Amino acid sequence: MGIVTLYLSVIVLLPLAAVFAKAGEHGLSAGWDVITSKEALSTLELTLVVSLVVTAINAVIGTVIAWVLVRDRFPGQGIVNAIIDLPFALPTIVAGLTLLTLYGSRGPFGFSVAYTRIGVAVALLFVTLPFVVRTVQPVLMELDPEAEEAAASLGAGSFTIVRRIILPNLVPAILAGVALSFARAIGEFGSVVLISGNLPFKTEVTSVYIFGQIESGGVSGAAAVAVVLLLVALLVLTGINLLSRWSLRHAR
Amino acid sequence: MRVSRGMRLSLRTIALGYLLLLLALPVGFVFYKTFDKGLGAVWDALTSDNAISAIKLTLLMVAVAVPLNTAFGVLAALVIVRGRVRGKALLNALIDLPFAVSPVVVGLALYLLYGRQGWFGSWLLDHGIQVIFSTPGMILATVFVSLPFVVREVIPVLREIGTGQEEAAATLGASAWQTFWRITLPAIRWGVLYGVVLTTARALGEFGAVSVVSGKILGSTDTLPVYVQNRFEAFDLTGAYAASAMLALIALATLLLMTKLQPKEART
Repeated sequence: MGIVTLYLSVIVLLPLAAVFAKAGEHGLSAGWDVITSKEALSTLELTLVVSLVVTAINAVIGTVIAWVLVRDRFPGQGIVNAIIDLPFALPTIVAGLTLLTLYGSRGPFGFSVAYTRIGVAVALLFVTLPFVVRTVQPVLMELDPEAEEAAASLGAGSFTIVRRIILPNLVPAILAGVALSFARAIGEFGSVVLISGNLPFKTEVTSVYIFGQIESGGVSGAAAVAVVLLLVALLVLTGINLLSRWSLRHAR
Repeated sequence: MRVSRGMRLSLRTIALGYLLLLLALPVGFVFYKTFDKGLGAVWDALTSDNAISAIKLTLLMVAVAVPLNTAFGVLAALVIVRGRVRGKALLNALIDLPFAVSPVVVGLALYLLYGRQGWFGSWLLDHGIQVIFSTPGMILATVFVSLPFVVREVIPVLREIGTGQEEAAATLGASAWQTFWRITLPAIRWGVLYGVVLTTARALGEFGAVSVVSGKILGSTDTLPVYVQNRFEAFDLTGAYAASAMLALIALATLLLMTKLQPKEART
């Protein structure tokens, strides 16, 4: 226990404590001024809005992909199942370069999402793809088709079955995946940095803003904004933790 | 659920179409772009002095981060599952922190600790140790971001195998050390291995955190992902694509290993 705690403290907790300390160094109001400065605020707004949109898309498409992987049968399914994890295995900068190559101005399709907010969203969709799929998939596997068949034999249509039987069972898993995907999206850097072009007030996300602040010597400002990102991510993850505990108790 | 054939096919089309556009096509296209100029150009790009040094530094990241986090991961999982101490739940929650922290914030945090004006930075610099903009900082960043993987993979396996065999071994007079090496470790080996694969993939590919604390000195403090960005921004697309393709190949190999490991884990 001692070694484990010490290692975790030195590697993770101490550095994070330094961020909080730096952010509060000149008093809370100074930190607040940085966070509410026009540029910082616009990056936070963009980051949160795009992350929400991306997460909403993930909730839908992730569930569809999980359903197709569990309930459908087609040749090559094993390969499809395996490549779902590609975004976890592929370095983020390679993901960014990859998307920019195909969907950038010199891509083969004649349209470009480079330096646009859509480009930012595409990069975030790429890196967060596996979360919802991988949390929903095991729950769907466990789900007994008998309840669905019973509902069908009682005359329920497909839509009713999805709404009344399948979705309620999947909601905790979808929410867990959504939370992970959101926490990842707000902090993402590598995949976004090339494709977004980092235009202030247009496509600059918070992580890129923090990076810029560090490079230009504005470390206190970087720390203040970093604290916002940290708190949002922690809030989301804690919330989902409580929710899953509650739903577990509820299920019993 | 008995869905109509039309519905089944349209869901399949949506799912596969999405994966094709988002994953398969972009990654496939990068390979195409890489080998567009012929194998020779790729080989030259990957064997340039700067590329070789980036590869070596990347391997160093893996060589330090993977053993450290594997040892920590197994130990932490044992404490969390088997330990009878207070604060286990808190420890369990804190271990996931690196997943919730933006890579850039990781870099910033290390900078604040070990940078010139950091808590420890000035003392270390006085003693001739440069952490930030140098290899030690990049190693710390890599260890930070790849910390939770082994713990997360080992905990469920430990829970599943239960304590029966370990207790039997203890009753027969085995020491705690013997029990660990003869009973526990063999039982959790697939979980550990799976975690090691994930840790390695992350350690090879970390960009954001490493990028903040890397000196970005070509041929000396570039890991492969930082090298990709560097080449791209210097308009050396051949170099950027070659390094990307190499990292993408490693990623595909990782996926292959993961699928090979998973069914075994289920069988044991």
